[in-house]
Amino acid sequence: MGDMPDETRADPAATTESRQRRARRAVTGAVAGWIAVRRHRLSAGELGHLPVTLVLAAVWIIFQCINSTFLSPRNLSNLSVDIVGTGLIAVGIVFVLLLGELDLSVGSISGLAAAVFAVLSVNNDVPEWLALIAAVLTGTVAGTLQGYSVARTRVPAFVVTLAGLLTWNGLMLAILGTSGTVNLDENGLVAHLTSYYFTDAGVAYVVAALATALVFLASFLNRRRRRAVGMAHRPLHTIGVRTGVVGMIAFASAYLLNQFQGLPLALLIFLAVVAGLDIMLRRTPCGRRVYALGSSVEAARRASLSVTGVQTAVLAVSGTLAATGGLFLASRITSVSQNSGSGVLLLNAIAAAVIGGTSLFGGRGTTWSAVLGILVIQSIASGMALTDTPTAVQLVITGGVLFAAVVIDSLSRHTQQAHGRA
Amino acid sequence: MPPPLLALHGVCKRFGVVEVLRNIELEIHAGQVLALLGDNGAGKSTLVKVISGVAPADKGSIEWEGRTVHIRRPQEARDLGIATVYQDLALCGSLDVVGNLFLGREIRRFGFLDEVEMERRSMQLLERLTRSVPDLRGPVVSLSSGQRQTVAIARSLLGDPRVLLLDEPTAALGFEQTTEVLDLVDRLRDHGLGILLISHNMGDVKALADRAAVLRLGRNNGFFDVSTTSQEQIISCITGATDNAPRRPAHPEAEW
Repeated sequence: MGDMPDETRADPAATTESRQRRARRAVTGAVAGWIAVRRHRLSAGELGHLPVTLVLAAVWIIFQCINSTFLSPRNLSNLSVDIVGTGLIAVGIVFVLLLGELDLSVGSISGLAAAVFAVLSVNNDVPEWLALIAAVLTGTVAGTLQGYSVARTRVPAFVVTLAGLLTWNGLMLAILGTSGTVNLDENGLVAHLTSYYFTDAGVAYVVAALATALVFLASFLNRRRRRAVGMAHRPLHTIGVRTGVVGMIAFASAYLLNQFQGLPLALLIFLAVVAGLDIMLRRTPCGRRVYALGSSVEAARRASLSVTGVQTAVLAVSGTLAATGGLFLASRITSVSQNSGSGVLLLNAIAAAVIGGTSLFGGRGTTWSAVLGILVIQSIASGMALTDTPTAVQLVITGGVLFAAVVIDSLSRHTQQAHGRA
Repeated sequence: MPPPLLALHGVCKRFGVVEVLRNIELEIHAGQVLALLGDNGAGKSTLVKVISGVAPADKGSIEWEGRTVHIRRPQEARDLGIATVYQDLALCGSLDVVGNLFLGREIRRFGFLDEVEMERRSMQLLERLTRSVPDLRGPVVSLSSGQRQTVAIARSLLGDPRVLLLDEPTAALGFEQTTEVLDLVDRLRDHGLGILLISHNMGDVKALADRAAVLRLGRNNGFFDVSTTSQEQIISCITGATDNAPRRPAHPEAEW
């Protein structure tokens, strides 16, 4: 949602007003301003993360009413680790969706990477760190190959990656060979990816404080620069409220996680990757290229952007994240089998990206939508497990949420275009 | 007289078996508006794409201020100082106005996008061009067609071009916006830019252009001094009612 410059300047506060009244007015002003901007954007069809946040809140409230252990620190902590594997894959899907394409091979790539790791480290005694790098690079190479093929042949990515799905799956079966299932070292590096918790309560709070400070610093420095060149800038109290909200969420999460076993390493890695890639997408020229290409290939080409380069890079990112996600999934069950990366994994990853608000039509969405989307899907799964609901119902409900997300996406796109014609 | 800013000699372009442009000659002079006229399918837009490097010429030479240059990519045309406003505007709908203006030449600060500086310059530029500056941070898809046209022209002017190619800039606009665009073109000419204006509207051409070049079926079909030529003469040249129109053979088989 980034910086929105169309907010008004701070009124020079009347000197006679008491500090308290000023502070109260500042907060209400900030909220009113936020609502005004939101309303303007909503009517223009820019929904952002609003629908998925509402869905997530609804899901949590409903399950909490049915089963009071749903929002317990233990369940939420487990949830925060369960989302990481599929979540990372979904972040890769977000990249591909931004181009207006679809990557069907991520499930197979995640299985292939896990198999490469397992066979190298367990069967061939390669050091775990080396096997881990090899596994991630396998995903990068697979993605790069697919991306280059898409860019060169101009065959839609979903067809190329469908071929990839079969190829990588076959390759994984060949690598695993007759052994079928490989059990990972319970105390190894990869097993620790999802089993390690920072039991020291301080770590979670320090991370929360750092994140809050960074958000504040970024908005504050931005405001100072804009004011220096005499442009409309965000009033201080808006920044305060924004930082306050981020801080509240961060510290509440830290508190909850500390009630169980502390901050999970997996969650920390996941959030760091998502935040880093979000900055890359929205704040660097490389990221701008992805959005431009997803918005209009022809316009990007005429602006002399390298279409081949961007398409290759995006599918390489998707492959890399799929491989990383595959390792986290293997770590969660400390084994790799012929079923790794199969089943609903691919569909869940795509559904997560779309439910989170990334447009199927390209050019709209952020990496955070993958986090919100996978939270919704995993919350439904977790709640269903707690309440002993059959899988059949779970699939139907997830399908319903996905359908709603797609409809909202399509409607908001039409609203935007209608808005333009007015 | 100084050499023309941009001159085309014997330019040919084919798409597969279709010869779209054949032996095109064209000169664009500084401080002049050259109208490029022709029926639909005469090759006007293709010629623009040849000059802007999107669809490079197969044969022929292009001279920039008297020296031969090669334009094979959009980047090379831009580096020479040729800016283009395409008929379809070539904007990225989901990017905001600032993102579109600076697409492909983003200003960086420590490797990141310098949004503040880009927005400041966008504001400066747009305030010079139009009375109603659009919301710089809204996606371009939600702008009106007149505002989009303004954004497309503003983008072409960012790199201080010497030659401006305008492909039907007023076709989608209402009366008031058309006047605004034409005024703008007039001012740019006074600043010494060479302008190639494609238009179907003879009123615009008469009001604005210094000279006119007519294309017919992918070939040159005449050059006119707009102020001394009657509208009928130009139109008959466009429609092929004049003697020098290239004729298709009566029996295509005869050429086999």
